[in-house]
Amino acid sequence: MPSEPKINTKGYWRKNLQTLFILLFIWFLVSFGFGVLWVEELNQIRLGGFKLGFWFAQQGSIYVFVLLIFVYVYRMNKLDKEFDVHED
Amino acid sequence: MEILTWTYLLVGISFAIYIGIAIWSRAGSTKEFYVAGGGVSPLANGMATAADWMSAASFISMAGIIAFAGYDGSVYLMGWTGGYVLLALLLAPYLRKFGKFTVPDFVGDRYYSKTAKIVAVICALFISFTYVAGQMRGVGIVFSRYLEVPIEWGVVIGMCIVFFYAVLGGMKGITYTQVAQYCVLIFAYMVPAIFISMQLTGNPIPQLGLGGEVSDGTYLLDKLDGVLADLGFAEYTSGRKGMMDMFMITLALMVGTAGLPHVIVRFFTVPKVKDARLSAGYALVFIAILYTTAPAIAAFGIYNAINSTSEKKVSDLPAWISTWQKTDLIKVDDKNGDGIVQYLPDQEKNELSIDRDIMVLASPEIAELPNWVVGLVAAGAMAAALSTAAGLLLVISTSVSRDLFKTFKPEISEKKELRIARIAAAGAVILAGYFGVNPPGFVAQVVAFAFGLAAASFFPVIIMGIFSDRINKEGAIAGMLTGLVFTLAYIIYFKFISPELNTAENWWFGVSPEGIGSIGMILNFLVCILVSSFTPAPPQEVQEMVQDIRIPRGAGQASDH
Repeated sequence: MPSEPKINTKGYWRKNLQTLFILLFIWFLVSFGFGVLWVEELNQIRLGGFKLGFWFAQQGSIYVFVLLIFVYVYRMNKLDKEFDVHED
Repeated sequence: MEILTWTYLLVGISFAIYIGIAIWSRAGSTKEFYVAGGGVSPLANGMATAADWMSAASFISMAGIIAFAGYDGSVYLMGWTGGYVLLALLLAPYLRKFGKFTVPDFVGDRYYSKTAKIVAVICALFISFTYVAGQMRGVGIVFSRYLEVPIEWGVVIGMCIVFFYAVLGGMKGITYTQVAQYCVLIFAYMVPAIFISMQLTGNPIPQLGLGGEVSDGTYLLDKLDGVLADLGFAEYTSGRKGMMDMFMITLALMVGTAGLPHVIVRFFTVPKVKDARLSAGYALVFIAILYTTAPAIAAFGIYNAINSTSEKKVSDLPAWISTWQKTDLIKVDDKNGDGIVQYLPDQEKNELSIDRDIMVLASPEIAELPNWVVGLVAAGAMAAALSTAAGLLLVISTSVSRDLFKTFKPEISEKKELRIARIAAAGAVILAGYFGVNPPGFVAQVVAFAFGLAAASFFPVIIMGIFSDRINKEGAIAGMLTGLVFTLAYIIYFKFISPELNTAENWWFGVSPEGIGSIGMILNFLVCILVSSFTPAPPQEVQEMVQDIRIPRGAGQASDH
C-alpha cells in the first residue's frame, strides 16, 4: 500500500540510490577500469603467476561481482527493516 | 567398459532423471506453467537460472574461444557475468514486486500501451528464436559426436526430450529439471579441469592452477606467452582488439544479459522481493564456478596442445590426437614433408589446425582420465544444451499464449490459455528442431547479436520504467524502435550487405558489430528521454505504480489478473 503515511518512501529511495551508486562504481572499476582501460598499467604488477590486469579481466572481476550482489542483499535487507518496508 | 557404452549409460541415466522430475512436477495452472507457481526457493532458482543461462556454447565452446583469443576472450567472461550485477541491483527486485509473468507484461502496463507491448513481444520472440535455433543445433552436434548418430537424429531425440518436459511441466517442470541439469553439467565440467590442473601445476583448484608453475618452475602463463611469441603468435595475456572495441563488446554483453527475457523471467518465480535479490546472487555464484574455470581450461588446453604437437615428429603424436583427427576437429598436414609438425601463424606454412571445441571435448583424454569421464562430459554438454533450449521455449510459448493471445482475447478461460501455451510450446519445439536440422546460414552469427539487440531494445525502457516516473509511452516506443533499428541496421550492413567492409577502419568509432548494441542502448536512452520531455507525463495511476514497485512490502505472489 503506497499511500500509508508513516512510510518514508523518499528517504528509502534515496538510500537505495546511494547504495546502487557505490556498488555500480565498484562494478565499473573492477571490470571496465582494471580489466580494460588500465589493463596495461596493471599488468606491470604481478599477483603470483598472474599479471594483475589479466587476472582482473579473467578472474578477479567475477569474484568481485559475486561479492557485490551479496553486499547489496545484506544492505537492502537492513534498509527494508530500517524504513519499515520489509515483507512479512 | 568402452567409451560409447559409458556415454549411453550416463546420458541415459541423466535423461531418465529429467523425465522423472518432469512427471513429478507437472504444471496444473497457468501460474505454475508461467512462473512455477511463484514458490521456488532462492537457492533452487539460482541453480536453475545458472543452468538456463549456460548453453551448449558456454559449456563446449567458450574455453576454446578463450584459448585462441587469450586476453581478448575476457569480454565473454566479464560480459556474461557482470550482467548479473545489473540484474540483481537494477531489475530483479522491482520486476518481482511488479508481480506479473513476462517482460512485455511490464512494458505494456508501465507504458499503458498495447503498441509498446507488441513491440516488446516482437523483440522477445526474435531474440528467443535466434537463440533457441542455435541450441537445437548444439544438441544435435553433441548427440552425433558422442552417440555416433547422424546430427538429424540427434536433433530429433533432443526435441522429443525437451518437448516432453517443457510442454508437460511448463516453468515448474523446467525449473526442477534445470536444478538437476546444473548438477550434472558442473560436475562434468569440473572433474577433467581439476585433474588437468593437478597434472600441469600440482594444484587441484583450476582457478589457482592458472597462476601456478609448470614442471620446469616457470609460471604457466609466462611460459605460454613465451611459447606463443616464439612461434610468432601474439602473447596470450596481451590484447589484440582495440580498447574501445573491448569496452563496447563487454558492455553490450553485460547489458544484453540483463535484458534477455528468458533470464529476467526467472526472477518472477520466487516468493518475495528479497528472494529475487538473493537468488540473483546464488545464480552468479553457480555461474562463476564455471566461468572462472573456463579460462584455466583454456590456458591448460592450448598449452597442452602446442606442447604435445609443435616441433614433434608426426609419427610420435599422442593417442588423443589421432582419435580426434577422425572427427576432423584436429588436422595435421605435414606440408613441407619433414615429418615434424610446425604450428605457425602463417596459414601457408601452418601444419596443425585445432577446432576450438576440442579444449573441452578432448579434455578427459588429454588428461588420460578413465572412459566414464568422457561419458560424463557428454551428459554435461547435453544438460547445458537442453536446459537452455527448454528455458527459451517457455518464453516463446508464454509470449504467444499470454502476450499475444490474451492481449487480444482477454476473456479466454485459464484452462484454454494453458492449452494454448502448451500448443505454442509444441509448435516452437518443432520449428526450433527444423532450424536445428536445416540451419539457415545466418543462425550461428545471429545468436551472438541477440545480446546486442536485447541491450539496445529492452534494457533502457525497463530501467527507465523503474527509475523514472516521467518517461512516457511515446518515449519508450521511440526509444525501443531507435535502438533496435539502429543496431539491426549496423549489424546487417557489416555482416550481410557489405561483409568485405567489416574491418576496424570502417567501423564507427572502432566499434565492431558485436559491440554496437552498446551504442544502440545509449541512443535508446537519449531518444527516450528527449521524446518524453516534449510529450505529456504518464497518467497518475502509472506514476503511483512506479512508486509502488520501488517498495518491497506487499509483493505477495506473482498475480494473474
